[in-house]
Amino acid sequence: METALAVLVGIMVATGVYLMLTANLLRYLFGLILLSNAANLAIFATGRLTRAVPPLVPEGLQAPAEPVANALPQAMILTAIVIGFGLLAFTLALVVRCYRELGTLDANAMRLSEPPAADEEH
Amino acid sequence: MKSIVLQGTTRLLVPLLLLFSVYMLLRGHNLPGGGFIAGLIAAAAFILCALAWDIRTARAALRISPARLAAGGALLAALSGVPGALWGNPPFTGLWLFIGGGAGDKGLPLSTVLLFDVGIYLAVLGAVLTLFFALEED
Amino acid sequence: MTHSEVHSVGRRGDTVLQLMVLAVPVAVTVWLLTLLGPVRAQGALRFGIEWVPSLGVALDFLVDGLSLLFALLVGGIGIFVTVYAAGYLRGHPLLRRFYLYLLLFMLGMLGLVLAGNLITLFVFWEITTLASYLLIGFDHASATARRSALQALLVTALGGLALLVGLVLLGMVASSFDLAAVLARGEQVRQHALYTPIFLLIIIGAFAKSAQVPLHFWLPNAMAAPTPVSAYLHSATMVKAGIYLIARLHPVLASTDLWMWTLTLVGAATAVIAAVLALRQTDLKLALAYTTLVALGTLTMFLGSDDSVAVAAAITFVLVHSFYKAALFMVVGIVDHQAGTREINALGGLAGRLPVTFVAALAAGLSMAGFPPFLGFIGKELKYEGALAIATEPVLVAGAAVFANALMVAVAATVVLKPFVGSRPPALTATREASVSLWLGPLLLAALGLTFGLAPGLLADTLVQPAVTAILGRPETVKLKLWHGVNVPLLLSVLTLALGVAVFVWQRRMRDLLSRAARWLPLSADRLWDGALAALRRGAYLHTRWLQHGVLKGYLAVVFAAVAAGLLWVLVHSGGLPEQLGWPRLTVKEWAALALVLAGTLAAVGCRAPLTAICSLGAMGVGIALIYLFFGAPDVAITQLLVETLFLVLVAMILHRLPLANAVRGPRVRLGHALLASAVGIAVSLAILLVLQQPFGSPTKNYFELAAVPEAFGRNIVNVILVDFRALDTFGEVVVVLIAAVGAAALLGSRRRALSARAQGTRRNP
Repeated sequence: METALAVLVGIMVATGVYLMLTANLLRYLFGLILLSNAANLAIFATGRLTRAVPPLVPEGLQAPAEPVANALPQAMILTAIVIGFGLLAFTLALVVRCYRELGTLDANAMRLSEPPAADEEH
Repeated sequence: MKSIVLQGTTRLLVPLLLLFSVYMLLRGHNLPGGGFIAGLIAAAAFILCALAWDIRTARAALRISPARLAAGGALLAALSGVPGALWGNPPFTGLWLFIGGGAGDKGLPLSTVLLFDVGIYLAVLGAVLTLFFALEED
Repeated sequence: MTHSEVHSVGRRGDTVLQLMVLAVPVAVTVWLLTLLGPVRAQGALRFGIEWVPSLGVALDFLVDGLSLLFALLVGGIGIFVTVYAAGYLRGHPLLRRFYLYLLLFMLGMLGLVLAGNLITLFVFWEITTLASYLLIGFDHASATARRSALQALLVTALGGLALLVGLVLLGMVASSFDLAAVLARGEQVRQHALYTPIFLLIIIGAFAKSAQVPLHFWLPNAMAAPTPVSAYLHSATMVKAGIYLIARLHPVLASTDLWMWTLTLVGAATAVIAAVLALRQTDLKLALAYTTLVALGTLTMFLGSDDSVAVAAAITFVLVHSFYKAALFMVVGIVDHQAGTREINALGGLAGRLPVTFVAALAAGLSMAGFPPFLGFIGKELKYEGALAIATEPVLVAGAAVFANALMVAVAATVVLKPFVGSRPPALTATREASVSLWLGPLLLAALGLTFGLAPGLLADTLVQPAVTAILGRPETVKLKLWHGVNVPLLLSVLTLALGVAVFVWQRRMRDLLSRAARWLPLSADRLWDGALAALRRGAYLHTRWLQHGVLKGYLAVVFAAVAAGLLWVLVHSGGLPEQLGWPRLTVKEWAALALVLAGTLAAVGCRAPLTAICSLGAMGVGIALIYLFFGAPDVAITQLLVETLFLVLVAMILHRLPLANAVRGPRVRLGHALLASAVGIAVSLAILLVLQQPFGSPTKNYFELAAVPEAFGRNIVNVILVDFRALDTFGEVVVVLIAAVGAAALLGSRRRALSARAQGTRRNP
């Protein structure tokens, strides 16, 4: 299963990168979503997979009786998902603000701070 | 999106969602759940409210500003780390108090860890709603 | 410096402030004077505290004859400068700031000369650099002052960088950063293969600070500072830091041909060139500044030798120069302050108007010109004696010394005579004598020059001899005498005086000649410096343009290409490709989840309508949640579902306001993007596969499973990690989300304000 996930992560990363390279900021955001999900899956896969046994200690025992899923990557991914939400929402706010100020989502047209005129020193 | 059906359903769902979020929060230490999940569920309740009526209703239902809620939650989480540090342990060491324990049953567990999880709950709820309201009011 | 505010009445609080500031150098000087006896008896005193013990850096101090002499100069001249500044800057609006800088500078200078550790010495060295930047640029409204300050900062700080490298190398070679230990290991250092780089790096730092040719140009420009600062920086402190360093490290680095020739030649060149340049100046302050360069060159030249008379000459001259130079700078400041100009041609006949100042100027000038019975005479005799004692090239040293001294005589005569004697221009009739605080300092300093000239024994035993002993690392007896009888030095003195008088008399003609000659020299160091700075700016502009082109796509392409290249490089170097990839054995529902993710991902790229893209991403998110659920991560699955839902609602609700048109791109560009994206994806896949092939042993996994219930009383291990074991991390992450939320609210919340502002603007300008 890890092998399949590795391939899937690669595909998600590739599509995410492809989307981010387009000039449209909304597509850029979608690419970012793909990348952050791919990163979570990668952490999940490299922590090794265990089918259907959540990391819970049964009532009355001091430690899990049978092999359970690795809890540490899960804890990392859990916070990563919430942080990712914050990051994406902030990016979305940036995109909305950009559109409001500049009237476009085309990143190639956003040259306010670094204008293309390269000829003379200001 | 002013649909009577949605509003009626929401009226029912919101209290249920909030109750469910508290349930998820409290059981989180032993079963799937916890502050993050519970906070997101509670946020969903208010967002549903905003969808069925409008942002102002959702804000009114929340009573205090979401940013303050988030800051308060973060403060609570930070403060819960202090008692552990007072007796020479690293900060955020959990302190536990079991009330009314008997044989085979530890009783009602109260702990700084629970306080921390409540802080997370409030912070996530507040932060998500801050984001949501900001984007929707635009 | 503008004088309009100087004449306004001082604030009452300023007096208290001035007394407090004055207490610092007074206390320091008194304390240092009490150390005179012990240092003479014991050779060196040490005190200090550990600072960075792991690096062998200690904040400790070493007081021996050399450091005590310089420290006394810093403290003693500091007293006079503080008093003088009180009068000169009376009522200045930024007086407090000035005193702050001045005290900072004083502290840095004291620490520098007293430091007992190479690193400590460097730290104080840099403090003086920074403080001198602030002091020179004190009149920050003037562009000239700012330029001069920056120039001084850059030159001395660049030298400081060289010095740092040199000191670190020296500490490594001597296997200690403790100054006393380093001083004892001169032989070891001189034998070492790294001696030449160490010497060159350290000497570059010292030459930059002490303004030796060709790094001399910043010093005359530093005249932009208020006169009290010039008096301080140029007489006793800043520029003497390099001299102090040379003298300090004399026992370690000197006595080689490299040392001797470098110092002698650079010093002689500096002295001669600066003497000629000094003659050209018509601004009194600038003329004095160039004679400071002459003095520094002379000192460097004499320290190149390890003959005791030459070193004693250098040390005596440090004292002589500090006294008369500080006094003369203050005198010029008084003339400037009272008469409103310091141009030679606009001044004259002020002796009657400024009688006390004239007396001070006369005494200091005589000392500078080297007339008996002033201390300057003893210094000059000693210089000639030392020059003749230098075995290798007495003619070069003596010749340079005579030439430089003759021009010093001329400059001294100019500074003393031109403003004070002759006919008085009508514009100066209203000039009145300055207040006590202004003339007290120069008068006392000039009197010191006379006192020590009459009783040189006071200096010889207490200051000069211990300093020479410290420099040469062997006990020396130094005798200072006013009258040696008729000998070669005396004849040279007479020659010097004759030459100086001749130069003074034909000054105007020589100045014309020099400025005509200067026209043939298209390059000055100052202009070269400007050119270098301009070239640097141009280079920075061009390479910034090249790297920072402002095209998002370009930045991202570079970042992703770097990621792919880095990953592939690591893969190739860590043993190549993963082996034995078996076909994954999955159940049907697992295949379904994978397929859902894949389909959602691909659809998000292909579709044109934004809403379809959102839905595809939603499907992908649900598929991922299912994968989490199937493999034992219910907490993560729930979170993923909730976040996915919330985010989709968020995007969907504002989507109708944003366009998702494809930017027009040629097929070749698109192909390039696809290739780059594939490379990154393949690299990531391979990396994960390779990681998966490493054996998986997890002590942390076992620890958390065993400790969750007994130690943290929780059965959900994920939650226990989040809220107990790694609670600090979780807290940090929550704060990140909080900041993102506040940031987003701030980004969007200003709409209402912006709209209302625009509405107001239109109302005002219909």
